[in-house]
Amino acid sequence: MIEKGSWTVKKGLAEMLKGGVIMDVTTPEQAKIAEEAGACAVMALERVPADIRAAGGVARMADPTVIKRIMDVVTIPVMAKARIGHFVEAQILESLGADYIDESEVLTPADDLYHINKHDFKVPFVCGAKNLGEALRRIGEGAAMIRTKGEPGTGNVVEAVRHMRAVMGEVRRLQNLPKEELMTAAKEMAAPYDLVLYVAEHGKLPVVNFAAGGIATPADAALMMQLGVDGVFVGSGIFKSKDPAARAKAIVAATTHYNDPKILAEISTDLGEAMPGIEISTLSPTERMQERGW
Amino acid sequence: MKIGVLALQGAFREHRLMIESCGTEAVEIRKPAGLDQVQGLIIPGGESTTIGKLMRDFGLDQPILQRAEAGMPIFGTCAGLIMLAKTIRGSDQFSLGLMDIEVERNAFGRQVDSFEIDLAVPVLGYKPFRAVFIRAPWIEKAAPNVGILAQHDDKIVFARQGNFLASAFHPELTGDNRIHRYFLNMVKEAVN
Repeated sequence: MIEKGSWTVKKGLAEMLKGGVIMDVTTPEQAKIAEEAGACAVMALERVPADIRAAGGVARMADPTVIKRIMDVVTIPVMAKARIGHFVEAQILESLGADYIDESEVLTPADDLYHINKHDFKVPFVCGAKNLGEALRRIGEGAAMIRTKGEPGTGNVVEAVRHMRAVMGEVRRLQNLPKEELMTAAKEMAAPYDLVLYVAEHGKLPVVNFAAGGIATPADAALMMQLGVDGVFVGSGIFKSKDPAARAKAIVAATTHYNDPKILAEISTDLGEAMPGIEISTLSPTERMQERGW
Repeated sequence: MKIGVLALQGAFREHRLMIESCGTEAVEIRKPAGLDQVQGLIIPGGESTTIGKLMRDFGLDQPILQRAEAGMPIFGTCAGLIMLAKTIRGSDQFSLGLMDIEVERNAFGRQVDSFEIDLAVPVLGYKPFRAVFIRAPWIEKAAPNVGILAQHDDKIVFARQGNFLASAFHPELTGDNRIHRYFLNMVKEAVN
C-alpha cells in the first residue's frame, strides 16, 4: 500500500521548494554557506556555469564524491545535474540518493535527439524550457518541475525574462482559444495534446515553474517572482560575486518579499560587487547553452 | 473568521486554497502586521531552516509566540511541525518550541524514500486519509500532554497539544480537506 516515487511525491518536493532559492555549490563549504543563508536546496556541481563556459570542452555529471560530500554536510535537499539524454548518469545520481536531477543544458548533451524518459525513475527531474511547447514536452517525458533556461553563467537576466514571458504569453493564448483550435495549437507547439488541454483549462503549467539562467541580484530574483515564477535557481550569481554569504541571504529575502520595494531596497544595500556579466549578443550561437535540447 | 498562512517559503498557496475550499477566508502572512487580522495560523511545509531564518530576520517569531500563548491555534505541516517542536534531534536550528515533542528531521529518508499511504486517523472517522510524506520528519518522543492522532510504522506522524496541531505529512497536497476542517473547528472553539 505504500507508494514511493509516485507523481504526487515527485511533484510534491517541488511544491515544498516554492518561494525559495536553489543555489549552485561546488564544495561542502559553499553548501554550508548556502544553507546558512536560507537556501531551500543546493545544486551540487563540479564547476558553476560561468566556469564551465570559461573552461570549454565537455561538461559532465559531477564526480560522485563531490555530491556525497555535499549531502553529508547539509540537511536541505541536494540536487545534481545529468547531461541531456544521459540516462546512465541519471541512474547513478538516483543511486547516490540525489533528491532531484536537473537534466541540464549547462552540461554538454549526450544525445542530440532524445531526452531522458524520466518516468523510468523514482527520483524527480527538473528540466529547462524556453517556451511552453518545450516545457510541455519535458513534462510529457516525466519532468516534475520546470525552470526557464535563461542563459547560464552570464549574470544577465534578459534570457530568463524572455523565456518566462514566452511561457506566460503562450499560456494566456491557449486559455483564450476555443476548444476546436487546441489540437492545432498542440501540433504547432509540438506539445502533448492532454497537457495543452490542461494548460488551456487551468491557465498554468501542471508543475512548479522556477526561474534560472542569469539571476545575479536580489532585484533579478524579485523581477522573476513578479513575472510569476514559483522560485529561483541561482547558479554562478552567488559564488562568483564579491560577498557570497551576504548576496545569498539577500536573494533569499528578495524571493520572499518580492512585492515589497522597501524591503528590496534595504536588502540590496552594500552587497559588494555582483558577478561580472556577459552581454548575450557577444556570444556566438554555439556558445549559447539555451540552444541545447529541443 | 480569517486564517493566516505563513508565506515565507514553501507550499503556502496550497494551504490557502484548502482553507478557501472549506469556505473560510485565508491570507498570506509575510510580515508581523499581518498576524493582527487572523484567528488561526498555518505554518506550511517547505525547508524548516529557511522558514526559521526568515521568521527571525523579519521579526515574526515573537509576535507568533505571543499570539500562541494567548491561545491562537497553530497548525504546522512537515517543516511547520519542526517549527512547533521543543526539541530537534541533532540540530541547533531555530524553532518556536510550542509543543512538548522531540522531532527527527528527514527521518523517513531522502526524496527517493518519500511516499504516500492510506493512513488511519481515528479522529477523522472511519475512512483513511491519503497521507503524502516528502522527506518527512517524525515525532520521536511526545510528552504525556500531547495527544497522538496518527502513527505510521509505530512512529508518531500527527499530534495535537492544546491549541497546536502538527502533521509530518502534507494534507494540502491531496483533495481531502478533512484535516483542514478539523483545524478550523479548533479555531472556532478558540474564538468562542
